[in-house]
Amino acid sequence: MAWTRQILRVNLSEGSCIPEPLNMDWANQYLGQRGLATRYLVEEIDPQCDALGADNKMIMATGPLTGTMASTGGRYSVITKSPLTGAVACSNSGGFFGAELKNAGWDMIIFEGKSAEPVYLHIENDSARLMPATDLWGKSCWETDEALHARHQDPQMRVAVVGRSAEKGCLYSAVINDLHRAAGRSGVGTVMASKNLKAVTVRGTLGVGNIQDPARFMNAVNAGKKVLAENPVTGEGLPALGTQVLMNVINEVGAMPTRNMRETQFEGASKISGEAMLEPRASDGKANLTRNGGCFACTIACGRISTIDREHFSVKEKPQYWGNSGGLEYEAAWALGSDTGVDDLDALTYANFLCNEDGMDPISFGATVAAAMELFEEGVITTQHTDGVELKFGNAQALCWAAEQVATGTGFGADLHLGSRRLCEKYGRPELSMTVKGQEFPAYDPRGIQGMGLTYATSNRGACHLRSYTVSSEILGVPEKTDPLQTEGKAGLVKAFQDATAAVDSAGLCVFTTFAWTLDDIAPQIDAACDGEWSPERLVEVGERIWQLERDFNLKAGLTAADDTLPQRLLKDAAKSGPAKGKVCELGDMLPEYYQLRGWTADGQLTAETRSKFGLPS
Amino acid sequence: MLKSLNIDPGKCTGCLQCEMACSLENEGVFNTAKSRIKVFTFHEEGRFVPYTCTQCDEAWCMHACPVDAIVLNPVTGSKDVKSDLCVGCKVCTIACPFGTVNYNADSGKVVKCDLCGGDPQCASACPTDAITYVDANATGLDKMRQWAGKTDNAASTGA
Repeated sequence: MAWTRQILRVNLSEGSCIPEPLNMDWANQYLGQRGLATRYLVEEIDPQCDALGADNKMIMATGPLTGTMASTGGRYSVITKSPLTGAVACSNSGGFFGAELKNAGWDMIIFEGKSAEPVYLHIENDSARLMPATDLWGKSCWETDEALHARHQDPQMRVAVVGRSAEKGCLYSAVINDLHRAAGRSGVGTVMASKNLKAVTVRGTLGVGNIQDPARFMNAVNAGKKVLAENPVTGEGLPALGTQVLMNVINEVGAMPTRNMRETQFEGASKISGEAMLEPRASDGKANLTRNGGCFACTIACGRISTIDREHFSVKEKPQYWGNSGGLEYEAAWALGSDTGVDDLDALTYANFLCNEDGMDPISFGATVAAAMELFEEGVITTQHTDGVELKFGNAQALCWAAEQVATGTGFGADLHLGSRRLCEKYGRPELSMTVKGQEFPAYDPRGIQGMGLTYATSNRGACHLRSYTVSSEILGVPEKTDPLQTEGKAGLVKAFQDATAAVDSAGLCVFTTFAWTLDDIAPQIDAACDGEWSPERLVEVGERIWQLERDFNLKAGLTAADDTLPQRLLKDAAKSGPAKGKVCELGDMLPEYYQLRGWTADGQLTAETRSKFGLPS
Repeated sequence: MLKSLNIDPGKCTGCLQCEMACSLENEGVFNTAKSRIKVFTFHEEGRFVPYTCTQCDEAWCMHACPVDAIVLNPVTGSKDVKSDLCVGCKVCTIACPFGTVNYNADSGKVVKCDLCGGDPQCASACPTDAITYVDANATGLDKMRQWAGKTDNAASTGA
């Protein structure tokens, strides 16, 4: 139970929308969302296919707890092969779209083929049809959202959409839902646009009622809500400051990647921090932050609702940006700020608005701009390329200009669409790209937090903090404190986080709950909602099975152990300041042990025993 | 003591826990579409506002009903729909100035908040106390306390 047991298969080449039963054998092995959809993807596509070709498929998937009252139980993921990395992509989003899809009676939608003309999928409960979207092509996510709500005369409809960046082939485009929530990473929006699918609109009124044991479920849900409320991170820090609670903390510990990771501390961090977002500004006495907002069912509510100073250069002549919208989260503030050396909070907020408006992953966008800035300072990129813009570190005007160019795919924006790796390769300096498997780093420097080095190197979707957030242990002491500068024990720590996170994602919950929850808090909720027995041990096993399956896909796609590495800068150039001064990331100390713990050979291949243990498809 | 739902939009994060608690209590499913309390998002203004029936004393819906299917609950003060009497004419939905009585096409009856018989689940589910269930004679107490806190004691003592 808890699954609707029904999936929708949309063939964009044929224009068909056909329901089919959920494969419950797979649901029992892979739970839902990330895991279950990956199982479908592995079954249905050639791992070596062109990510932007008609042969790739794209799955929007909910979990068994999506649409329930379980705190944060509103999440969905977009699963596909990534055009940025060539690896499996799974990008997770909050907001309200995922719960609406579940309320309409669908566990997931599988999109296959490619439409000849732009279309959008419109779902009202069991009715699903493809509608023409030619008039929407060329519109931003925000314009499209507004146009679709007006067309269907239904303010309660939820919309997921791709922006102009995706239409123009930007390799890190996101799927945006509910205006400012994003399935952000790995270019899942680029895949959606490549299929000529502009948007998915959903109205669901059927509800989620098939809970195995409703009374026990509500007891577990209420116990879980209490744990979140009483925890200092989920009950106080995140509601008050959002994920931006981390900006000053991570800078202090010397793990703040700065100026394309040349340094590990940013002198401007306090100006772009969560605390700075609360400071009244000179012009109108208002703070950047208006209030916090929650995603569906979330009792943490870390989301930021912000405004830009109307006097700021970026919006002074643009009243359309004077209202509230999704504000800076830590990753965005880091990528748009510290990594580019820009300490102008309003410029960052403006760039963030544009990332939402036209569907760019702010991490990859910011990190790509940072790489371009280094190329500019090295004299490889010049004002000839940038229409005269001084693309230097710390130039707030240049950052805003770059966001506008990338949003619409004009001018130098086309080069920035390539992402950091391809951009640096194009200009002959591949070593300046701060990426793993072609995906840009997030906001933790692995010289200052060693476990994150192994996290990035082994992440199945390329550099990513959300695959094993060992920052939790190494900095915040959750569930127990480990030394961020030591490598000992980190292989086991990373593996444990990877497996648990895969299970949390697959349930339809938000990984931020795990600042307070362990699997002992989560398993009772899944166990009461779903048929079968769901112990913490079973969730760990499911999580590891998912990890192995993703790895297996990547190996079949052509990735090798050589891709489980970090840029030389992090392995050779020591941190220049802070607690990690003199340190590099000692990846080599951790990786062999990690392979061993995973049941892989020394060259990163799954052994026959491992395949058999987890029942992986051949 | 008569109690009343008290809504403070300033505390609402828009998470919809209230809507799900309402639909679970009344319809047996998690289904925000069937909730009798609704949270409205004013995106550009950055505001979330929960809204439901205020249980008017001289309830327009109750007076308008031609078959006396909306009755006063003497214990809670709520105006309850008697489903077995309701004929689905929807006159009450027109009479209500606030829009908080609505027709349910699945059942052919109207639905509105009945304070869950005195234990409103929306209030229990709200994680931020944006919805509370308090003394009906003192719903202004929180606001009074906030203003009281700003009172300058020094002025009255002449210090």
